[in-house]
Amino acid sequence: MRKSFKLDEIDCANCALKLEDAIKEVEGVADAKVNFLTQKLTLTTADDADFDEVLDRVVALTAQVEPDCEILR
Amino acid sequence: MNKKQRRWRDRIVAAIVIFFAIMALEKTGALEAVFSEAAVYAAFALYFAVFLLAGHDVLLKAWRNIRRGDPFDEAFLMTVATIGAFATIFFPETEPQSAEGCAVMLFYQVGELFQSYAVGKSRKSIADMMDIAPDYANIERDGELVEVDPDEIAVGDVIVVKPGERVPIDGVVTQGASQLDTAALTGESVPRHVEPGADVISGCINMTGILRIRTTKPFGESTVSRILELVENASEKKAKTENFITRFARVYTPVVTIAAVVLAIVPPLLGWGPWTDWVLRGLTFLVVSCPCALVISVPLSFFGGIGGASKLGILVKGSNYLELLSKVDTVVFDKTGTLTNGTFNVVAVHPEAGVDPDYVLSNAAYAEAMSDHPIAISIKQAYAGEIDQARIKDVKEESGHGVEATVDERVVLVGNDKLMAEHGSSWHECDLTGTILHVAVDGVYAGHIVIADVVKEDAADAIRDLHAAGVKKCVMLTGDRRDVAEAVAEKLGLDEVHAQLLPEDKVNAVEGLLAHQHGDGKLAFVGDGINDAPVLMRADVGIAMGAMGSDAAIEAADVVLMDDKPSKIAQAMRIARKTMRIVWQNIIFAIGIKVLILVLAAVGVANMWLAVFGDVGVAIIAILNAMRAMRIDE
Repeated sequence: MRKSFKLDEIDCANCALKLEDAIKEVEGVADAKVNFLTQKLTLTTADDADFDEVLDRVVALTAQVEPDCEILR
Repeated sequence: MNKKQRRWRDRIVAAIVIFFAIMALEKTGALEAVFSEAAVYAAFALYFAVFLLAGHDVLLKAWRNIRRGDPFDEAFLMTVATIGAFATIFFPETEPQSAEGCAVMLFYQVGELFQSYAVGKSRKSIADMMDIAPDYANIERDGELVEVDPDEIAVGDVIVVKPGERVPIDGVVTQGASQLDTAALTGESVPRHVEPGADVISGCINMTGILRIRTTKPFGESTVSRILELVENASEKKAKTENFITRFARVYTPVVTIAAVVLAIVPPLLGWGPWTDWVLRGLTFLVVSCPCALVISVPLSFFGGIGGASKLGILVKGSNYLELLSKVDTVVFDKTGTLTNGTFNVVAVHPEAGVDPDYVLSNAAYAEAMSDHPIAISIKQAYAGEIDQARIKDVKEESGHGVEATVDERVVLVGNDKLMAEHGSSWHECDLTGTILHVAVDGVYAGHIVIADVVKEDAADAIRDLHAAGVKKCVMLTGDRRDVAEAVAEKLGLDEVHAQLLPEDKVNAVEGLLAHQHGDGKLAFVGDGINDAPVLMRADVGIAMGAMGSDAAIEAADVVLMDDKPSKIAQAMRIARKTMRIVWQNIIFAIGIKVLILVLAAVGVANMWLAVFGDVGVAIIAILNAMRAMRIDE
């Protein structure tokens, strides 16, 4: 499943790159794209994963990696 | 500026004012007068307080990174560099660097703030650029207009678009007439007139009258939604240059950091000088170790280029295509619908001596009155008068040759030379190229009509612009007859023509041209998106034009021209080249300055001030430069 979210306050491009790398490592995430310019996160989850559960994990990770940045869902 | 940025700014301004106050106290000797011997430590304490005021958020962020075990980012490096500078206080044999440590943090924060502001600004202009999607649609319920989410409108529903509003969903006008402003989609400033029966495309602005529109597509599949999706996702298809920068960024920071550590430790171990001196040089290294200037400015340039192009009605489906487009040196055109209008028009009427041209045309129009053939339609269009069906009798189509009809008791023959020969009528050739229709009345030759596919107004300019833009070869492919093709090619100044091609031959022709490409030059194919999907895919860059509402073209092509003007191709290339120029300027400038500062720092010439410029100064200049990509001069 693939869905896009708005990322609020993602302030530096390098951080966006790192956040993307970090989210890709999250269990159940098949692919992730963080677009620094449009402030968008495009999350693709593995077929057998529960999207909302994965999203929860991603949100928790984001709060840890980039506390300023918030995923609006 | 948003609230967060304003608070940030106020904090920095306060810190700067206090910083200069302390500096004044120090330089005028006031500190020394009060604290005498301990003045250095007093200055340290005061500067450190300002440092905390200005940079505590940076320190916090660095601390979080360390705890996560992933310290390599700007905040961490800045923290190490500045704390390191303050730490010189513990080494009495060197000049204390308290003011420098504090100033570096201040300068860094000013730069970051400006950077954040610049990014916010370019984000906003991107958002404005994409603000062509209406967020509601009007429908009539119980005689009243209600605003609803366009997603809720089903295909076949009738929506109402008031003057000044954007058409939210593609459809057909059922009631009302108006002028539509299509500039947001095509870059075309002349409004389009619509009345019942006309197709309208979402994203256009209704200018004058109320329109009722029966929708033909759901909102998500309407033109405007598809365009937005396309432009937003364009940055996912990364250009080679962008990938290079991403890889570069991933190795650059660790390499410079390791170099900094080596620089701080090895020379003093070898006894080449005091520790503090080398540690300071190492710290200076750290300041320039962030690749932010590149990581922000390169994608921003591409996005700006793609966004700017979309303002002109040119959709580029990815940064990679923009990059390829800048290297195009061969442009292959499909003739019909691309360089020509793809519709037949009467271009000349040549009556015999003493015959009125209207007589030729009216006889032809009457004879062809019953036919729906494109040629017949073009003749009827050219004939100004009304056609009185009662005057026509006994229409006989002679397949592939023409038509024979009785008009007002006279036998009219309209057709090619074979038809004339069959009926024993005389005729003569024409010096114009195109389809020639001979007209004979009661066996007497009246003259002929020349029908041709008309070359687009801007086609010749388009070819000239492409040549001027450095395209070496403009090639035309067509299924048309050789003489017709060559006449068009000569008129337009094309370099090469391949005529009488079957659709599958076009792929082969493009393959052949691709095989002859050498060096870095790329080949672009321009088609109208109908029947040429395989060629569009095969070319390095596939360009589809006249794609307003044509889904097939939008799918198959890499670059989509919303209107059908070939001159947009040269425009697209100019934008692509400008974008690539900006990208390379930034890459060379940013890497150049950073390497220069690294070298100067290693030999001890560059101080920390210069290093901060190398970090944030360069980033700001690169962002400002990147923002130029968005500006399109028509």
